[in-house]
Amino acid sequence: MSKSILIKSGRVIDPSSDIDEITDLLIVDGKIAKVGLLDLENPPSEVYNAEGMIVTPGFIDIHCHLREPGEEYKETIETGTKSAAAGGFTTVCAMPNTNPPIDTRSIVDFVKNKALTEGVVRVLPIGCVTKKSHGRELSEMSELADAGVIGFSDDGKPVSDANIMRQALAYSASLGLPIINHCEVPELADGASMNEGWVATRLGLKGMPNTAEEAMVARDISLSELTGGRIHLAHISTAGTLDMVRDAKERGINVTCEVTPHHLTLTDEAVLSIGDGNTSFDALTPHAYNTTAKVNPPLRNITDMSVMARGIKDGTIDFIATDHAPHSSVDKVCTFQEAAFGISVLETALGSVLSLYHNSKLDLTTIIKKLTSDPAEFLGSNLGTLKVGRPADVTVFDLDEDWKVDTSLFLSKGKNTPLDGATLTGKVKATFYSGENVYRSK
Amino acid sequence: MPTFNRYKHFVIYGVFVPLIEKRIQNPVQIERALTRISHEILERNGGVANLVLVGMHSRGVPLAHRISSAIERFEGVKVPVGKLDIGMYRDDISEKGSPVMKPTDIPSDINDKTVVIIDDVLYTGRSIRAAMDAISDFGRPSQMQLGVLVDRGHRELPIRADYVGKNVPTSREEDVQVRLQEIDGEDAIVITSNSDNTGDVI
Amino acid sequence: MTLETTARQTFSQQNILDLDSFTSQDITYVLDNTLAMEQVLDREIRKVPALRGKTVVTLFYESSTRTRVSFEQAAKILSADVINVTSGGSSSKKGESLYNTALTIQAMQADIIIVRHPHSGAPHFLARQLEAKVINAGDGTHAHPTQSLLDLYTIRKNIGTIEGKKIVIVGDILYSRVARSNLWGLTKMGARVVICGPQTLIPNDFLNGHRTEEGHPFAGVEVQTDLDAALKDADVIMTLRLQLERQKAGHLPSLREYSQTYGLNARRLAMAKDGALVMHPGPMNEGVEIETDIAHGTQSVIEEQVKSGVAVRMSLLYSMAASQNLEI
Repeated sequence: MSKSILIKSGRVIDPSSDIDEITDLLIVDGKIAKVGLLDLENPPSEVYNAEGMIVTPGFIDIHCHLREPGEEYKETIETGTKSAAAGGFTTVCAMPNTNPPIDTRSIVDFVKNKALTEGVVRVLPIGCVTKKSHGRELSEMSELADAGVIGFSDDGKPVSDANIMRQALAYSASLGLPIINHCEVPELADGASMNEGWVATRLGLKGMPNTAEEAMVARDISLSELTGGRIHLAHISTAGTLDMVRDAKERGINVTCEVTPHHLTLTDEAVLSIGDGNTSFDALTPHAYNTTAKVNPPLRNITDMSVMARGIKDGTIDFIATDHAPHSSVDKVCTFQEAAFGISVLETALGSVLSLYHNSKLDLTTIIKKLTSDPAEFLGSNLGTLKVGRPADVTVFDLDEDWKVDTSLFLSKGKNTPLDGATLTGKVKATFYSGENVYRSK
Repeated sequence: MPTFNRYKHFVIYGVFVPLIEKRIQNPVQIERALTRISHEILERNGGVANLVLVGMHSRGVPLAHRISSAIERFEGVKVPVGKLDIGMYRDDISEKGSPVMKPTDIPSDINDKTVVIIDDVLYTGRSIRAAMDAISDFGRPSQMQLGVLVDRGHRELPIRADYVGKNVPTSREEDVQVRLQEIDGEDAIVITSNSDNTGDVI
Repeated sequence: MTLETTARQTFSQQNILDLDSFTSQDITYVLDNTLAMEQVLDREIRKVPALRGKTVVTLFYESSTRTRVSFEQAAKILSADVINVTSGGSSSKKGESLYNTALTIQAMQADIIIVRHPHSGAPHFLARQLEAKVINAGDGTHAHPTQSLLDLYTIRKNIGTIEGKKIVIVGDILYSRVARSNLWGLTKMGARVVICGPQTLIPNDFLNGHRTEEGHPFAGVEVQTDLDAALKDADVIMTLRLQLERQKAGHLPSLREYSQTYGLNARRLAMAKDGALVMHPGPMNEGVEIETDIAHGTQSVIEEQVKSGVAVRMSLLYSMAASQNLEI
């Protein structure tokens, strides 16, 4: 007996097939069966009324940290994928900086099996570039590729040694998989906990200059040109990086990049937690040194933040990725220097990036494209679309619903976000993964 | 017979409060009261030997000087005058806030002396309690006495003045201000009261 | 309520995290009361009951006997009960320990906590977690407001006023919490502030082209890398301690070269105004940032800075107690 679900009367937006109309979507046996108005002679077993809602392909996150194995107190594959579903994501790519790191076939298998048994959405593992992510010897990339990783990264830290990076790019070129690099020259970021600039100066915190990112971006682009390997720049954060990527793309270099919702919408002033009507020139309050705004790369200044939306608009930035980095309170209820880097993003990602739509910085289709078909293209997969026959990964959201972020309601174990208490506009209402309704908002 | 002779206004939290002022003593009356106090001090202590006057900031200080001058006129001897700020001895600093403290200057040795504390208005007695504690930290006088220009009642401690210029019955809602030439540019004793329930929000 | 009592509220700070939150009136209030506190120190019975029944905890994660003792003495003269908590723990210890220590202190029902910590913002963290009021006794490379207050007091005592005076701060501006607090304190009091040091030790956003935004609190601060030029017409020279590890971190070629370029010596002192004050927050590296003869010379008020520490801290504790906001 076949199972069918009808998502009725929503505004269906699928950038991969240029659809933007109010219509119905039929799912049969976990696959997209039809997009279009349906006759009601064969009523489906389940109907979801999406009137007034937006219906899109399920979101794809190329960059998140599920922490399992090894740091289950921060997140597990179960809680991480539930959090993803609540954020409208049906595919998440898990970074390998677990303990042990994902640098062998057995760990890849562990993650995949866990995802199958406990996860509620699709988990695609990323493998290490180097063994244990130590940056010295290449991991067994070929075997990892065979085991199903979608790319390689030592994320959390950069591939610092330029020669290792050269070899990694050359070696992975034949596998067709990207090297995803966290670009940061360690010597320039040593001991730093936030962006270099006025805010860091007044807080007496050591800052990371934009150069720490840009110098390595320049190196990686050049190495990609040299080797022909695929370089993907994780979570870019500076205007200088954006210029280099734009230039490299024009020159035909095999480079892609992503931006996070927080680098699109927040600045380093989030560390100050300044109240309404105050500026970074006013007196600090006890709420300053907000550890939930500590993230790497750091939240930058307003100039860097503003150009990110432009980078999306002109296509320099390939897609939006969350860099979801859940931490326990132990890692954040401490001094700023001691606090761990990272923000729990999955459940606020849509609300954050929709602010760019509501502020008229980006159009809705572009935002959806950067969450669906563009990351799908990066994966070379058949996901991120509502084309008939494809896996029925579907997200339904209310574009205009205001909601207050309350981390105590997060499905993620990570409650670490500077958006706690903030009001976002745009809320995920339901998520379908391969035809299963894996999330429905109350 | 008290007369209403001036209206003043001020604003508390946006509420316009008319103030009614009532003058109860003029400069001549004040001078007369101080002269009487000076005589009483001499009489009670049998002269000026071992006397020290300690004026409490702010208005007790000029009053102490005036009494000292009066005594000098009668006896030809200058009685030493000290100044005392009781800020650090108050039991209510966290409730009321505090003005900047003024210098305390106690004549070198008050051991075995008769210290006469001088203040403008005696009210709850708490300031005098603080003053006695403060003076005790500077030595052990053989006696402490208290002289005030106005006693307005409402004591909260078992304290009584030895020399009183004028007893002025007041309600707690009223405020008694002593104004002195040296600080305020005029000599006057004024009772102010804010007339309740007549305020307009502006 | 009378007109007089409405004018009484002259100190508005609850926590003392840095001078950025102080108004010039707040600073003046603390400095004015310091005079009365110095008088208490000169008495035979050095004890007043202002903080009787209050519990003051000193929590020091960095060893600094001088600052801790200065606070302890100040609190004790004001009759507070003082509990000293020192931590031998290194800065690498996990923050949860600071959090747990905070909870322990909460259980002691402390009214005021005086904290020194190697991490910037540790006092803010405690102020968030605790009901007690927090005084910052030096946090990482962020702030040292009580040092700045006693510097301001020393300047005012010696040259009468701070407004309009040229104050040159020399040395490791980048890592100096004393310099940072003094930037706030001095600019709020209307001084003309010049910071001087090698470019490697000046925050990048103080260099030319920055600080142009409207309302920037340090828009008027001048930056000099040439000490001789900076010292011209100076009323006050504040030298800073050079942490010896700066050389290892690559900020300096050698202490010798630093001393030659930025050390205060007799020749350089002569370029400042006649009788210009020489200051240093201590502890000094004599022969590096300041020559011994100058450090102990006639224009030096360095010992006076140390001496006024207790009175300034008494005044600050008293001011907090006298602040209407302090429900202790």
